[in-house]
Amino acid sequence: MSDEVPDGARISRGATLWLSLLRILGAVAIPILAFVLLWGTFDYLRNANANRALIVVVAVAVGVGGIFLLFWAMNRVVGLLPARFREGVRPYVFVGPCLVILSVFLVYPVINTIIISFKDATSTGFAGLDNYRFVFSDHDMLTAIRNTIGWIVLVPLVAVIIGLSFATLADRLRRGEALAKSLIFLPMAISFAGASVVWDFVYSFRPQGFGSNIGLLNGIMLGLGKNPVPWLDQKPWNNLLLVVIMVWMQTGFAMVILSAAIKAIPEGIIEAARIDGASELQVFRRITVPTILPTIVVVATYMVINAMKVFDIVFVMGNPEGRGTEVIAERMIAWFFIRGNNGRGGAIAVVLFLAIIPVMIWNIRRFREQEAIR
Amino acid sequence: MSAVDAVRVVPGTETRERAGGPTGGGGWFVRIMILVVVVIWIIPTVGVLISSFRPPDLVESTGWWTVFAHPFRLAEWTLQNYRSALSTGGFGNAFLNSLAVTIPSTVIPITIAAFAAYAFSWMTFRGRHIMFVVVVGLLVVPLQMALIPILRLYTGGAAVGTLVLFPDLNLGGTFLAVWLAHTAFGLPLAVYLLRNYIGSLPSSLIESAKIDGADHFTIFWRLIVPLSVPALAAFAIFQFLWVWNDLLVAYVFLGGTPQNRVLTIALQQLVGARGENWELLTAAAFISMSLPLVVFLSLQRYFVRGLTAGSVKG
Repeated sequence: MSDEVPDGARISRGATLWLSLLRILGAVAIPILAFVLLWGTFDYLRNANANRALIVVVAVAVGVGGIFLLFWAMNRVVGLLPARFREGVRPYVFVGPCLVILSVFLVYPVINTIIISFKDATSTGFAGLDNYRFVFSDHDMLTAIRNTIGWIVLVPLVAVIIGLSFATLADRLRRGEALAKSLIFLPMAISFAGASVVWDFVYSFRPQGFGSNIGLLNGIMLGLGKNPVPWLDQKPWNNLLLVVIMVWMQTGFAMVILSAAIKAIPEGIIEAARIDGASELQVFRRITVPTILPTIVVVATYMVINAMKVFDIVFVMGNPEGRGTEVIAERMIAWFFIRGNNGRGGAIAVVLFLAIIPVMIWNIRRFREQEAIR
Repeated sequence: MSAVDAVRVVPGTETRERAGGPTGGGGWFVRIMILVVVVIWIIPTVGVLISSFRPPDLVESTGWWTVFAHPFRLAEWTLQNYRSALSTGGFGNAFLNSLAVTIPSTVIPITIAAFAAYAFSWMTFRGRHIMFVVVVGLLVVPLQMALIPILRLYTGGAAVGTLVLFPDLNLGGTFLAVWLAHTAFGLPLAVYLLRNYIGSLPSSLIESAKIDGADHFTIFWRLIVPLSVPALAAFAIFQFLWVWNDLLVAYVFLGGTPQNRVLTIALQQLVGARGENWELLTAAAFISMSLPLVVFLSLQRYFVRGLTAGSVKG
């Protein structure tokens, strides 16, 4: 498909200007009207001291119905335009709200952060490249970079391997498949705060004289007649223990997606291979894996990005600096919010952003290939 | 001794499901492997679930697995943790607040993203590809990076010289502030998923609707939306879980107004006020998990269909 506007060639220069103007108006109108609508309703409710349940109901009504009505109304307005403008403006009415909101809430902050990263701690004077020099020389930062690389490699690898194996095996259960998959998927629904409570009960350690060991791992150690171990203080292996938490939370996601892909493989192909005498392992390696490879790539990409941005697990489990479990996103928060150094926090954020870009470019290229075969 | 006991009790759920039926095609190896993984996966949660029903002094002094030695000693079970977690004030209100934050934060981005995804898939206009690439590229912006600039917008607005780009509306502490932020943070993933799905619908469908004289809006509303229910539901689950479980955004934009605090903030404050009271934490954690689990379990079949449409066909 070409990107050309259908009537583009026939429109004069003055009309082109008008068209651009109309497009911008079309793009901006819905977000602004929606904002006014929501703000007005909300302000009214706040002043009326309405109760919570009513606010919920009205919020949903305005949020769902209101926004949809705005799209409908704008579409009608576009219909009133002269015919030569109509189809040139309409796409921008559809896409515009999305772009406007993203510009204000994501693009603007990104630009803001890039500027901040070249300034000093309080964003008053320029600091040149000092903050970036810091990112690649500070001891904690280097540890964080090393750890983040570990997360990026391990989380997708382990989650995909376990998820794929589990999906393949569960596919062959006659009963209980849905239940087994739900149980693996369950941690997805738990917040990081909840997960940290859950894993505290696994890793907990108390030295002698400070109460009994109620953590599961140390319970096992005691059961085996060994001394309890302060698991989270074991450098550098404690990083692996934190990776385990993320794998625990994300494997279900990988498993469910891969399972759906496996089920989409036509039964005939697999039957044919079996009749030809292929073993189950051969079927898995020669047919299952190659067929669902695109899905594996999508899942792994998603996990890589999540692993790059990991912050909560490390932060909530506590004392990353003392334990050597720093990661890049966690350093960013530490410098930005806890130590109040905007410049360094900004520089770390920019480095993180730059590191993720190649993954995205690669992903988008894959996307276009898919587009081509549609 | 102890861990082994735990392992033996947990599988009950699994065997019950399968009991009575014909033994499946998998054979013993498959079943044992599945069982082992499932048990490993749920043990941590089971530990917390059990702890949430135990009296505080026992939680502190013995491991949760010891209950399996004498599971029917009633004195060792209690509902007190849940009672105190709920009575610590405002939990009912916090639950409603969580709904007031989560539902609009889920549906607003869906509506906006669905229109955008349709345009990216089936309308031709200049800059279509580059716009889509930028939107999806924003997936990678770390959320934390955007919080401070947005907070500044909310409390001070933005202007270039005298030209006001964003009016100072004093939005800090309002639900609207959180809705808008979550909408923006959810949009890239929503557009990506929906574009994946809507773009994979057969083009003959859209062409024939056009020939029948339907305009874009009609096609979108009558054809695309009904066909995209799985993808819409999949994103809805994603976003719902994410917003419901979110602490950071709620904390930054709602933290200062006590009457608007959501469940995660209430939980976090409970932790702070009560110190390291594990038994309260466990009960509170399960209260906050309840709704996401219900939502997730009831919608999960859509989840899979919606997420995989674009990618599975390869």
